Amino acid sequence: MTEYREPALLSREADDIKDRLNLPEGLHDLKAKERAAIPQQEMPAQEARIRAHNMDEVALGYTESQVIVEASRCLGCKNAPCVAGCPVGINIPGFIAAAAQYKFDEALQIIQESSILPAICGRVCPQEKQCMQLCTLGKIKKDPLQSVAIGRIERFLADHGSSHSTLDSKQPSTGKKVAIVGSGPSGLTTAADLARLGHDVTIFEAFHKAGGVTVYGIPEFRLPKSIVSREVENLEALGVKIIYDYLIGRTRTIKELMEKDGYDSVYVANGAGLPKFMNIEGENLVGVFSANEYLTRTNLMKAYDRDNAATPLYSSKKVAVFGGGNVAMDAARTALRMGAEEVHIVYRRTEAEMPARKEEVLHAREEGIIFDLLTNPSRILGDENGRVRGIECLKYKLGIPDESGRARPEVIEGSEFQMEIDTCITALGNSSNPLVTGTTPELEVNKWGNIIVDENGMTSMKGVFAGGDIVQGAATVILAMGDGRIAARGIHQYLSNEAQPL
Amino acid sequence: MIEILKKEQLSSDVYLMKLHAPHIAQSRRAGQFVILMMDDNYGERIPLTIADGNEVEGSITIIFQAVGGTTLQLSRMKEGEGISHVLGPLGTPTHIRKHSSPVVCVGGGIGTAPLYPIVQAFKAAGNRVITIMGARNKDLLILENEMAELSDELIICTDDGSRGRKALVTEPLKELCESDVPPAEVVAIGPPVMMKFCSETTRPFAVPTVVSLNTIMVDGTGMCGGCRVTVGDSTKFVCVDGPEFDGHKVDFNSMMSRMSSYKEQEKEHQCRMDALAKDHIKGGTQP
Repeated sequence: MTEYREPALLSREADDIKDRLNLPEGLHDLKAKERAAIPQQEMPAQEARIRAHNMDEVALGYTESQVIVEASRCLGCKNAPCVAGCPVGINIPGFIAAAAQYKFDEALQIIQESSILPAICGRVCPQEKQCMQLCTLGKIKKDPLQSVAIGRIERFLADHGSSHSTLDSKQPSTGKKVAIVGSGPSGLTTAADLARLGHDVTIFEAFHKAGGVTVYGIPEFRLPKSIVSREVENLEALGVKIIYDYLIGRTRTIKELMEKDGYDSVYVANGAGLPKFMNIEGENLVGVFSANEYLTRTNLMKAYDRDNAATPLYSSKKVAVFGGGNVAMDAARTALRMGAEEVHIVYRRTEAEMPARKEEVLHAREEGIIFDLLTNPSRILGDENGRVRGIECLKYKLGIPDESGRARPEVIEGSEFQMEIDTCITALGNSSNPLVTGTTPELEVNKWGNIIVDENGMTSMKGVFAGGDIVQGAATVILAMGDGRIAARGIHQYLSNEAQPL
Repeated sequence: MIEILKKEQLSSDVYLMKLHAPHIAQSRRAGQFVILMMDDNYGERIPLTIADGNEVEGSITIIFQAVGGTTLQLSRMKEGEGISHVLGPLGTPTHIRKHSSPVVCVGGGIGTAPLYPIVQAFKAAGNRVITIMGARNKDLLILENEMAELSDELIICTDDGSRGRKALVTEPLKELCESDVPPAEVVAIGPPVMMKFCSETTRPFAVPTVVSLNTIMVDGTGMCGGCRVTVGDSTKFVCVDGPEFDGHKVDFNSMMSRMSSYKEQEKEHQCRMDALAKDHIKGGTQP
């Protein structure tokens, strides 16, 4: 674990480098070798022992000098391998070059050509598996985590920029109506693209707030909700209407939207469905929660604000979180902030196989989360009142890789042991959402219940498109946005063809 | 904002409200519910069954007991005022069929409210419906006239005998099961313990028994899993698979302990909210 370094110190170091290299004026004189020698700028953060007890954002964001210095590390590769790693194809070298020269507004505009949610993506994208994985600098350093910190620069630009290019480029009205099911990252992206093209866009949201997983799932300390609401306001300024408390599949069906309400096209981006459990003994005891429930209570329903929120949160002392993804890290770190004394991540593979972002795993460790690796619960034990009192686990070893390429965990016979636990949180992913597909037999689904789409995002039902988790299973914010972008192009093309007489 | 068109107090802490919700009125069917929220930022989401609806008027009717923070707050609202959020209709509608022998509908306390549209639907399908209504005393009986008008036969039970028979609802239910024409189906809605004992009553007679569960929910759309119950060998989500299940298969004991998950927090919370409300009143600001 690295030693904690004060934000003021990091800022001073960046100032020194900037002066020494005479940035940004001296940028053109820098050789590739010199660029590569600039140390990666560390993200200033709240100190672990303090942040583990508050809901404020962990990462504090780069200073201006840090952005200039970090952006100067970019080698500006002609073939720009990083762009291929971005699901929405942001012109990464373009915005980084602008940022390195203090042209922050211009840099943000370059991002906004491809992404409407930079403040969110800069914070939650798994960059080390996308753009940073393909970055030449990271290849030289043999570590994608040492690549140009693309997301951190993106975040700075989004937080500090004043550009509203999303609003400037709106086309005249086409008179076509598009309904979007769900206001998560996918729906918001499609809405923005279609509104810019002049279509009349309405988003139907089941919850009372827009943002999908960014408001119910991702915790405040990783993504402040004020940032999501700012992005949503930008979208509304573009003319997109959002109707809350409206559940497609129950309040209205897809067919009714098209036949009764006159929508010319529909984009289904209703997100994740029912949380998965493990089907082990004791799973319905009091004190066992899905991460969805635990996080929705704390984030969307604000249970962390105990003095004001009406939604209660279970009081926990010893918590076990099952799973190794971002959601598991979020749940564990939330439980710690909610006052748990001991929080365990129980995962049946090793840290190397964990699907979570490396930064989240590191942050969780720094905050004192205990990692029980190569371990999996076999049953949950209850007391006489039906409440969780412990778990029984088995130890595992890694075997040969499975279809996903990850080593298959194999149980070690006779390795049972018990842990005293009062709360279990399952973060094992979700099955598909049945509400739209269950009421729209025209939609073709695969064996997991995910909607099948063609290369333009169109489903088996004419004019109906789909994307995000309902198509991909569990995806990420940026992959959902990528789908949204494809569907927007597909919908626009579909509506343009419809408009022409045959 | 969802406008309150009409408010009526049915008993000491039970209220009826007619809400302007045209979309829900259009699509709702017997057995479904809504999720309601009183405050954008800090409110909680609570499920309430739809007791009636009028498509022409664009209204739905909810009947609730002012027991927790949100229902108390709701009970203080006036006609013409608005509720922040109402989502619905949620859940799978009641499976309504025409039976050759009678359908027995059992409502306990506030459970009579969600039972009302189900009795309506069974009647509309051409069934003979016998309704059993139970409450602790006569002041807690709701919708008596409406049920009397709708049902082919109405049996009223109170714990203290202040109206109808002095009996638990399971007593007449057992008699009906033992009669020459046993019920084709029983629908029982009320407190969990009542539904449990209704199911135990009909079990020896193998009379199909449907219960409607009202477990703890957050989103109501299948996402959180907080509402899950054990039904037979599997785990079901009340919000999307239910709220109605085969009473003979529901694990009521597990469900009842799950429903008490937040008992301590709610008690403590209520004290704090009351103190907060007092402070607000003192300070002259709106809570």
